[in-house]
Amino acid sequence: MPIVLCRVDDRLIHGQVVVGWGQALGIGRIVLVDDQVAGSDWEQELYRMAVTPEITIEFATVAQGAVALQRWQEDPRRTVVLTGDLDAMAALYRADPVAVHRINLGGIHHRPGRRERLPYLYLTDDELRRLQALEAAGAEVSAQDLPTTPPVSLRSLG
Amino acid sequence: MSEALRGVVVCHGKLAGALVEAAESISGVTGALVPVSNSGCDRDLLEQRVADAVDGHTAVVFVDLASGSCLFAALNRLRAIPGARVVTGVNLAMLMDFVFHRDLTPEAAAERAAAAGAKAIRIP
Repeated sequence: MPIVLCRVDDRLIHGQVVVGWGQALGIGRIVLVDDQVAGSDWEQELYRMAVTPEITIEFATVAQGAVALQRWQEDPRRTVVLTGDLDAMAALYRADPVAVHRINLGGIHHRPGRRERLPYLYLTDDELRRLQALEAAGAEVSAQDLPTTPPVSLRSLG
Repeated sequence: MSEALRGVVVCHGKLAGALVEAAESISGVTGALVPVSNSGCDRDLLEQRVADAVDGHTAVVFVDLASGSCLFAALNRLRAIPGARVVTGVNLAMLMDFVFHRDLTPEAAAERAAAAGAKAIRIP
């Protein structure tokens, strides 16, 4: 139960995560799993500024996250696991399909080759296929930017 | 006389455009402020929008929240640019002060604007 949300959001820690989901889920911790941020003290300092005092923030590489999922799951703090891209979340799912059984697509924005599926969600056809493969493997994948909006199933994004 | 400062306003949604429009309509000063929205952007694109808006000018970048994607984009992109300063918590009073003090250094204009913005917050 302590991992209450596994979210892919290319803006990483921002208002929707801290305020929108943070308030609704009563989170006590955000774990940002991102190789670049994990290697940058400066970026970590910026993201620490983005959270309220009652939320702690931790940083991990994808490799570190893959081995820490069980520990995060056992921790009493209600935790959001956040990645900036699909590959990182897929790696975490493969490492611990129980801890990461439900994947929230919260914000993946436009890049060349991607097509709009929702206003906050752009995917290439290959990215969609990889998500469908995750779902076929047992993950529950849905898109939902905020807790006040209805989740959208992966099936309806195609 | 050196080049007048540029003001770049970086906000969530449509807020930046509305603030710039209001500041121009009140002050009559046009072209001093450039709005940037974070709508539809990932981190890289938002940083690029901020850089395009600054466009090599000496500038003060005004951001809505003191955390989050807009501030991150501004600080991350501008940390290597000595001629730019960032002010958070943008409001109309802050921009009104700025547009009439664009001949200052970025540091001095940022301090003035921040003080003007804070002074405008009252419970009358």
